[in-house]
Formats: sequence, structure tokens, C-alpha cells
Amino acid sequence: MIDLSAVHKTFGTNAVLRGVDLHVPKGESMVVIGGSGTGKSVLIKSVLGLVQPDSGTITVDGKDVNKGDRDAFLARFGMLFQGAALFDSLPVWQNVAFRLLRGSLKKPKDEARAIAIEKLRRVGLTGDVADRLPAELSGGMQKRVGLARAIAAEPEIIFFDEPTTGLDPIMAGVINDLIREIVTEMGATAITITHDMTSVRAIADKIAMLHAGKIRWTGAVADMDTSGDPYVDQFIHGRATGPIEAVR
Amino acid sequence: MNALASIGASALGLLAAIGRLALFTGQTLSHLVRPPFFGREFGNALIQIGYFSLPVVGLTAFFTGGALALQIYSGGARFSAEAVVPQIVAIGMVRELGPVLVGLMIAARVTSSIAAEIATMKVTEQIDALVTLSTHPMKYLTLPRVLAATLVMPILVAVGDIIGIYGGFLVSTERLDFNAAAYLQNTADFLTRLDIISSLVKGAVFGFIAALMGCYYGMNSERGAMGVGRATKSSVVAAAILILAANFLLTEAFFSA
Ligand SMILES: Nc1ncnc2c1ncn2[C@@H]1O[C@H](COP(=O)(O)OP(=O)(O)OP(=O)(O)O)[C@@H](O)[C@H]1O
Ligand SMILES: [Mg+2]
Repeated sequence: MIDLSAVHKTFGTNAVLRGVDLHVPKGESMVVIGGSGTGKSVLIKSVLGLVQPDSGTITVDGKDVNKGDRDAFLARFGMLFQGAALFDSLPVWQNVAFRLLRGSLKKPKDEARAIAIEKLRRVGLTGDVADRLPAELSGGMQKRVGLARAIAAEPEIIFFDEPTTGLDPIMAGVINDLIREIVTEMGATAITITHDMTSVRAIADKIAMLHAGKIRWTGAVADMDTSGDPYVDQFIHGRATGPIEAVR
Repeated sequence: MNALASIGASALGLLAAIGRLALFTGQTLSHLVRPPFFGREFGNALIQIGYFSLPVVGLTAFFTGGALALQIYSGGARFSAEAVVPQIVAIGMVRELGPVLVGLMIAARVTSSIAAEIATMKVTEQIDALVTLSTHPMKYLTLPRVLAATLVMPILVAVGDIIGIYGGFLVSTERLDFNAAAYLQNTADFLTRLDIISSLVKGAVFGFIAALMGCYYGMNSERGAMGVGRATKSSVVAAAILILAANFLLTEAFFSA
């Protein structure tokens, strides 16, 4: 359902994406791995139209993402930002229920609040954080609020940018299970960016590795260990030496 | 040749900046007629920009009105025209100092805070997050602030005018032996409807400029803390200069006929 073909993006002299081709079928969980600074975040932002590619095409259900009704298009998506990107002027529950308090999905206030609290519970947060401001939460808690906001309106397509960084191993496990559940039970299509190999194995149906501006390798999670690709091997085993330079 | 090239380049840069600003203004205004309208944001902006600016506006106008009375008295005394204090204070406050000083105080207080807030939202990806939540940042952030500032500034200016005149009145009656009733009568007789209308129109225009500059520089902020700092600084400078330039043009339009 999501197709990228020959996507290029350069910032100044920094050529970040240099011909990315990626296909994510409906209902599948794709995990994107790759070194820090290789453009993983830029990649998913370009699908949402937050970053305009210099060339190449990105389509969802065959329709170009930068054409047509943006509101209807975006209503199908949920996105967890790498830095959570919570609205710091709004209390936590209004962040989570943001979509449910305005626009086409508007619900009565107490109903929206109840949904927000239920979503917070699913990311392991108790109801008493609901009325706090984001600045009063720890980094990991903010991340989980961001996750609750991304799934609040039960979107068909969800992007998670490093959902488990900054979380303790138990909480990371809870979040991995949640993402898996959203894909298998709700039939959502997901793209997750993560550096955490435990997460990769827990979440992924398929894996794509971004390196040097291109998708270096893509395949099923079961084939990851036998890919035969030295770049993938080095990455999944976290070796300092190998074809990927340690200084980038 | 090099000098010419750099003049040409900066002229082009200026034109491009004017073009971007015009586009931004147009986009902001286009959301006026496209639902939904964020009433809550608008209400918050009214309170932040209007109500919480009252103390600053009041103090600025009060001290300026008082100082103005003293200066007009001492200047007028040189050709035995001390009696014109009420008239000149009134006209000076209402036509020029009220709107300009309130405008500049709003640039300092409101433009800077709007720019810093929106720029921080931009660098922490909150603006991107708004977009992904199907909320247009211009509609949610810019329009409510610009609209609120435009509507509330005439009121702030009116308050500033009145308090400024009151400052002059207090100094004149307490320090300069003016008769209170006569002072007020002279003030009321001298001011025309055009004086008051010009004051309020200036207020609306300055409010529009102040909020628009805050939003524009905030939305176009570069990344990082330095980007936020630069956006804030540029917004206040731009707002102040545009307010003073607009003041000149409006004075010309209202009073030079
Ligand atoms: N708005 C921008 N302006 C300029 N450069 C940018 C911008 N956004 C990203 N970049 C650059 O693009 C490159 C890729 O950034 P990106 O955030 O996608 O990396 P990433 O793969 O997500 O890394 P990480 O795993 O550390 O999050 C970086 O070199 C970054 O400096
Ligand atoms: Mg990233």
C-alpha cells in the first residue's frame, strides 16, 4: 500500500536519500534499520509530506501523497515522533485526544478523555498523568504519551520513530507487544524505526536496512540472520569493525 | 561591478522576503473563510494579548502622558503659551504616542512571545505533529493570534490614550496649577472624531503587524536554540520597524489632506 520509488532528498550539500525504493504491503509491519543519521526519520517524514523529496514518487494506495485532499490523507495516519513532539501547552490527556477534540473525528469531551486515559493505560501510564503537562514527565513517559497520541484515533497506517529508546527493558517489552498487537489485531500497516534488535525481532514482519541513501537489504525477519549481507550482519551484531564506517 | 552585484542581490533578497511575507499573510487570511475555526485558541490569544498587556500599556501611557505635560508646559512657557497643555497632550497622545507606544510595547511583549513559542514548537517538531494530526498550523496557531491582536489592539490603544491623558491631567492639576474641570473641558472640546478614529485604526493595524511578525518568524525559524533566539530577535525588530513605518503612512493618510 505504501510505495516509494527512486526517492532523493538533499539538504544543502548533504545527500541523505539517494534513490530509495521501498514497498510496504497492507497490514504488514515493516521495520527500518540503519545507522544514526542515515535518513530514516527523513524517509518516513517524506511519506507524510512533512519533507518534500527532490525527486522520485511516493504513493499510498497508488495515489501520490502530495496531491489531493491532505486532510483525508492524514486522517489515515498516526505518527510517533522521535522526540515525542508533545504540545507543551496542553495537558497530557488533551495531547492524546488531540484528534478527538477537533476536526472531523470530534467527540464529546468526556468521551475523548475516557479514550485518552484508556490509551495511556495501554502504554503503561496510569490515569494520574492525564492532567499533568508534558514538561512534568520523564523522557520515556513523554515517548509513551506520544505513542498513545499516535494510536488514539485508531489509524490504518502508523509510523513509529524509535518507540523504545529511553525506556527500561520491561516497558520496551510492553511497547513491542502493543505495536505487534496493533498490527495483528487491528490490521494496521506499520513502519517502525528502531536500533533495538530485540524490538526488531518482536515487531517486524519485514526489515529494510537503509545505508548510504539506499535500501541496502530488505527481507523477512526470519531471513535477517542468514542474509549474507556483511552490512546487515555488522549492524545486527553491533560490531565496530566491518564495511560500515564507525565514524560518519 | 561587485558593488552593483551585491546591491542587486540584496534588492532581490528584499523582494523575495516581501513576497514570502505577502504569501504568508494571504495564507493566514484565507483561513478566515475556511472552517473549522479554533475558538478556544482565539479566546486564549485574546486573554494573552489583550488582558495581560493592560498593566504594561497602562504604565507606559501614564508616565508618557505625565512627561508630555511637563515638556509642553516648559516649552510653551517660552512664548507664554502654557495654557495649551491639555490640547497638545490630548492630540499628542491620541494621534501619535498612544498608538505608537502601545504598538511598540506589544511588539516587545506579544511579538517576542509568539515568535519564541512558535519557533520552539517548530524546532521540537510540534508543528510537524500538528500537521500529522490533520490540523493546519496556520489555522491553529497563526490565525487566532493575528485575529485576536487585530481586534484587541484598538481597545488597548483606547485604554492607553485615556490613561495617557489622565497622566497629563494629574501632572497638570497637581504640579502645574491647572483647573481640573477646565482641563477636561479643553481636552474634550479639542479632540475630533477623526483623531479618535485614526488612533483606533492605527491600533488595529499595529496589532495585525505585531502578531503576524511573531508568527512569520516563528514558523520560519531555523533549527536549534540559536534558531529560536534569532527568530525572536528578528520578529521584534521587524515588528517595531513596520509599526513605525505604518504609523507614518497612516498619519500621512489621515492628517495631511
Ligand atoms: N530539516 C533538516 N535540515 C537539514 N538537514 C536535515 C534536516 N532533517 C534531517 N537532516 C539531515 O539528514 C540526515 C538524516 O537525518 P535523520 O534524522 O533522518 O537521521 P536518522 O536516520 O533518523 O538518525 P537517528 O537514528 O540518529 O535518528 C542528517 O544528516 C541530518 O542532519
Ligand atoms: Mg531519526
